[in-house]
Amino acid sequence: MSSRDIVLGRIARALGPAPGEPYDAYEAAVDRGYADRHGDLTVEQTVDLLAANLADYRALVHRTEETGLPELLARLLAARGARAVLVPPGLPPGWLAAADAVRVPDLAGSTPAELDRADSVVTGCALAVAETGTIVLDGSPDQGRRRITLVPDHHVCVVRVPGQVVASVPRALRRLDPLRPLTWISGPSATSDIELDRVEGVHGPRTLEVVLVEGADRACAGTITRG
Amino acid sequence: MSGMPDRASGKAPGHTSGKTPGRTPGGTFVGMPAFPRAAHDAVRDPTLRANLRHATRTIRDRRAKAVAELDDWDRLREAGKQIKDHTLRHLGHYLEQLEAAVTAAGGTVHWAADADEANRIVTGLVEATGEREVVKVKSMATQEIGLNEALEAAGIRAYETDLAELIVQLGEDRPSHILVPAIHRNRAEIRDIFRSRMARWGRPAPEGLTDTPAELAEAARLHLREKFLRAKVGISGANFMVAETGTLVVVESEGNGRMCLTLPETLISVVGIEKTVPTWRDLEVFLQTLPRSSTAERMNPYTSTWTGTADGDGPRAFHLVLLDNGRTDTLADEVGRQALRCIRCSACLNVCPVYERAGGHAYGSVYPGPIGAVLSPQLRGTASAIDASLPYASSLCGACYEVCPVAIDIPEVLVHLRERVVQGGEFTRHGAKVTLKPAGGHAAERAAMRAAGLVFAHPGLLRAGQRLAARTRRAHPRTLPGPGRAWSATRDLPAVPAEPFRDWWRRTQEGPGRPERTDGREAGA
Ligand code: SF4
Repeated sequence: MSSRDIVLGRIARALGPAPGEPYDAYEAAVDRGYADRHGDLTVEQTVDLLAANLADYRALVHRTEETGLPELLARLLAARGARAVLVPPGLPPGWLAAADAVRVPDLAGSTPAELDRADSVVTGCALAVAETGTIVLDGSPDQGRRRITLVPDHHVCVVRVPGQVVASVPRALRRLDPLRPLTWISGPSATSDIELDRVEGVHGPRTLEVVLVEGADRACAGTITRG
Repeated sequence: MSGMPDRASGKAPGHTSGKTPGRTPGGTFVGMPAFPRAAHDAVRDPTLRANLRHATRTIRDRRAKAVAELDDWDRLREAGKQIKDHTLRHLGHYLEQLEAAVTAAGGTVHWAADADEANRIVTGLVEATGEREVVKVKSMATQEIGLNEALEAAGIRAYETDLAELIVQLGEDRPSHILVPAIHRNRAEIRDIFRSRMARWGRPAPEGLTDTPAELAEAARLHLREKFLRAKVGISGANFMVAETGTLVVVESEGNGRMCLTLPETLISVVGIEKTVPTWRDLEVFLQTLPRSSTAERMNPYTSTWTGTADGDGPRAFHLVLLDNGRTDTLADEVGRQALRCIRCSACLNVCPVYERAGGHAYGSVYPGPIGAVLSPQLRGTASAIDASLPYASSLCGACYEVCPVAIDIPEVLVHLRERVVQGGEFTRHGAKVTLKPAGGHAAERAAMRAAGLVFAHPGLLRAGQRLAARTRRAHPRTLPGPGRAWSATRDLPAVPAEPFRDWWRRTQEGPGRPERTDGREAGA
């Protein structure tokens, strides 16, 4: 007998005959009476909440119009002294138009050690969650593979507001595709393992900068109310 | 079968190494004294107690704040309980669904009935890659089965990458808290460990390392980075597995999880079968309740989800090892099975007056605190001294129930397990029904009660316990199962919550036939 059969057999004996078809029973088994979002905020307030919660978890938050984005990104990279910046394959070409740093593409053959030489990475995101101050990456072309936002010590993430902002975790999950590898990021990497003192930055990027850019999301305008 | 020594109570061959304390696969730490004795030692260690007090109180207060932010907390908690209960009730169905989804997404699913089998599977998978080292992200399941020791026996080095796990591994020590495994170490001790041990495992600690947390974290970053960047095999657990999509979820803070899940070519995840949830949507409950209960954050810094393998992003091979190792035995117990709802947030540890005083090591298991007191004896049986005494490692104050984000009635399960120890009876072990003999002369009970006396001799502590208990009673109309009621009627142990622990203790302490002090070693032996 295979271990699969053994385990499934033990489960069947442990439970006895199960009542009804699980899926039919499922909807009735769980009371979803919890909130879909917390508080009754306007679109603007929701974006402000995102900014506040991001900052509360020590992400550096910047806000700009779409036209000011290239200058802002150039400034952030320069201030950091970034000479080499990792670039996902589908980053809108204009974003880094004003930046001096050398663009480093993430090639299939690049080793993690090679990526480690880049100072910064600039990406878009799939969405951002206001209530928790979270940005979510789903590996779309403007975000690239997971490793490029992990190895460099400085991550600049651009969020189009209000289109990419959702109020809550339930709304975020509805908009995400579980078949894509997802990374939820809430502030820079941190540990409280030493006497519970929070220390920023262990293995992930130690500096997370989030740029909230307005006017760049005509295509998905209005999603905040649906999302 | 009755009275058969538990596998966990015997010494396993070849697993006692100098690197980490020996542990039988899936069992107690080798030579672990029963809870009373271990607690006795811990209570007398002032450093340990100061660390624990500071730590548990800090997390406890922060958690209360984070929870208060959500006005629908009670409904989220109830939904979490219902989701888990439903899943457990149909566990076979959801596991098969999960297996199909993971396979369809390019992963390979393995089933392990016990710790030995899981270790064999993982060792074989690592050997097949030709690699001799692996990076690991903190996983209670792999600690439970003693995977590091099994890999070491096969000549494979497993590097723990969670900062606290690194401290524990370098210090040749045992974890003492679910979330903060090195909670018993203060900064000076950590610096000393880094200075003296890092070189043996790889990059040495920087010259002149001080004991500031930032410098210690930097030392860990540098030490581990070279391992991440060259690692070919990663090993993880998971917080959740979604049956409908085949998605696994890892919730973490430091980024070592992302490193282990993303950079290696092969990823092996060892996950207890009870971590299954039916749908993607179910995560909306747990991704709200887990971070707030655990680290008291709105959201933890990093959460990774992945489904099988992804083209060109992350590991090319993904193996999921589904672990039973006593979980189906626990499932067979209608009262005890609720312990399988646990999402390992550790909130119950931080509110527990016994844990605060005794520390995690006294529980002799990777699962310390109140949840360990109900989970370990069920996963391993109550035949060993430590497991027989664990159900007594509680004042039944109920604070653990109150904070539990999936509403596990830990006191109810404790009383149920005490009954099993004292009265004996039928339960399931390795999938078969066995009958346990009552502990001779109630030895276990006596020994454990002496332990309780030791831990609770402190009046301030008891008052704290009583305050929590009073709050719980209001919120919590609890009924004991029938036999429990009968049992409590014939013994000086109260049906919960009829009598405050302190009153009961005073009464039994002063009553006739009070057992003499011994070291409690005879418990359940
Ligand atoms: S028993 Fe409840 S409170 Fe304790 S760790 Fe598990 S989920 Fe958290």
